[in-house]
Amino acid sequence: MEKLFMTGNEAIAEAAIRSGCLYYFGYPITPQNEIPEYMSTRLPELGGAFLQAESEIAAIYMVYGAAGAGMRVMSSSSSPGISLKQEGLSYIAAAELPCVIVNMMRGGPGLGGIQPSQSDYFQATKGGGHGDYHLFVLAPSTVQEAVSLTGDAFDIADKYRTPVMILGDGIIGQMMEPVEFEQRPRSKEYDKSWALSGAKGRPRNVIKTLYLDPQKLEQHNLKLQDKYQKMKEDVRIEHYLCDDAEIVIAAYGTVARIAKTAVQILRDKGIKVGLLRPITLYPFPYDHFQEIAERIRKVLVVEMSLGQMVEDVKLAVNGKAEVAFYGRTGGIVPSYEEIAAELEKQLF
Amino acid sequence: MSEEKKKERRARIAIDEHFCKGCGLCVDACPQHIIEISSQVTSSGYYPAACPDPQSKCTGCTLCARVCPDVAIEVFVKQKTNHGERE
Amino acid sequence: METIDKTDKMDRVFQRPEALTKATTHYCPGCGHGVAHRLIAEVLDELGIREQTVGVAPVGCSVLMYNYMNIDMLEAAHGRAPAVATGFKRARPDLTVFCYQGDGDLAAIGMGETIAAAARGEKICVIFVNNATYGMTGGQMAPTTLVGQKTSTSAQGRMSERCGFPIKVAEMLSVLDGPQYIARVSVSSAKYIARAKQAIKKAFEVQQLDLGYSLVEVLSPCPTDWHMTPQQAVNWLEENMLPYYPLGEFKVQGV
Repeated sequence: MEKLFMTGNEAIAEAAIRSGCLYYFGYPITPQNEIPEYMSTRLPELGGAFLQAESEIAAIYMVYGAAGAGMRVMSSSSSPGISLKQEGLSYIAAAELPCVIVNMMRGGPGLGGIQPSQSDYFQATKGGGHGDYHLFVLAPSTVQEAVSLTGDAFDIADKYRTPVMILGDGIIGQMMEPVEFEQRPRSKEYDKSWALSGAKGRPRNVIKTLYLDPQKLEQHNLKLQDKYQKMKEDVRIEHYLCDDAEIVIAAYGTVARIAKTAVQILRDKGIKVGLLRPITLYPFPYDHFQEIAERIRKVLVVEMSLGQMVEDVKLAVNGKAEVAFYGRTGGIVPSYEEIAAELEKQLF
Repeated sequence: MSEEKKKERRARIAIDEHFCKGCGLCVDACPQHIIEISSQVTSSGYYPAACPDPQSKCTGCTLCARVCPDVAIEVFVKQKTNHGERE
Repeated sequence: METIDKTDKMDRVFQRPEALTKATTHYCPGCGHGVAHRLIAEVLDELGIREQTVGVAPVGCSVLMYNYMNIDMLEAAHGRAPAVATGFKRARPDLTVFCYQGDGDLAAIGMGETIAAAARGEKICVIFVNNATYGMTGGQMAPTTLVGQKTSTSAQGRMSERCGFPIKVAEMLSVLDGPQYIARVSVSSAKYIARAKQAIKKAFEVQQLDLGYSLVEVLSPCPTDWHMTPQQAVNWLEENMLPYYPLGEFKVQGV
């Protein structure tokens, strides 16, 4: 199969197009600009639509509109821009509209910086906007994985009628790697009878999020909650050298990739260490952590934040194993030596 | 209303009390001043407009219906004769 | 509904348009939203596009518009209707798309989306209902509240030195190149209502001709939050709003 040398951002854009996404709405922000740039050329050629919106807020509501038409649609941004989109994501989740949003995280809070970060984990996985809702969150750790998860993201969005977030950072987005675009089997046709197309020959369709009757709003919330429970069947995690491990590193995305090198170095030294890499951050692979906590001594959670995913790991492990944390923040990417050294400290 | 009156009638309106909220805008709009607010309260708690029109003054001008915010009024006008005039 | 007396031999010359549902509205007695809804419905029926039209409801009193319009509708967040309509229209350029927005929605929280959609010449119709107050939340000062007008957040009357001046949306947008049709109308009397319908029809025709953006600003009474009877409200509108918000067509291209 043909290998192309692409940045993660371009690869995600191309993967989206190959997944049938013909509509993109976004607003420029570093470090994800290659996505809208790529889309701005390709989508009009394909008969779709690219629109550079007047704001992040407008962009997410354009996604809401196109999703309401039953189309595969995406937007992308980076941390401060994703904050602005939170209202829209809450509405999209409430209206049960499928779409894909990419967050190439940068350091925060506030305007922060443009260097890679993982400090939007809480925002991505716990809801982010108002109300009882969640996004389905996928965290690629290589450009190739970003390609395959982008295709999966659109299927998951349609399967659950829910917004899906691809959570990366400037490294995933701007690093160039050789990638292959597998010919994905044409995704199965999802029911789109709820979409708006003009009330021709059927009763009118309405896409809304207002439920003034508390009974109905509770029912609506319970329905969403059922969906979030059902999503657990799509939990994904990579276990790397965990079978005989006495201690494991837990990390996702960019840091997991670096941690993998650290694990190899430590293994060369005879240390029985493995890596647990959640690929779905929501739903979080609690069961996998629970299970492994029975037979290991300690989990070292490594993040490019001051400790966000570590809270989910602690919940999962529930005291069965010790949980330690190592994080860098502000756009600092830890080296594999640094991670290896931290783990060696944790051995005693 | 008597059969005699009915024969004279050129036009009439039907006010649907289900929709009417008794705002009275039709009362002011009617050039014949034949619409009034009823003293009978509706199930929604409003005093609706009514148009008894005992003297068959309604011309079917539709102004009442056009100002009605609740689309509560339908207007009927007598069919034209072959001579193109109203009976 | 009174049944038609067959012996009457009368023609029904005015009736509920097909594009309206049979639901009673939640609007207060004398509220102008009902007339504005009906005019849109009549235009959709007359143009024969009820089944090819998608509406976008705002946040405000008319959020529940989708209960009254017999068409496909999306409910937008506060102020975001033009963005939602843009996304939908770009995905389905074959359908007619309109936004229905109040003054707080369009001219305060949603002004960014409003101006950007107008400047892009987005092929949507915007029906902008200006009643100079926030109706749904209880009559607070709106971006279109007149100087001196008392509201629940300007109890002494809007003071221009503190709160600035009301925004003339139709005039402001008509200086942009994107819009193809901009008009201001009123639903305060039968005469003005007839003109309002003509303007709304033109706005939809602009979109049918694929020309671009159109907006009709509809001056509308809010008796409840103006603390008036319905009759007083239409009179107040004509005496106070018309001098500041003159009626007419501000931009007409192609229709």
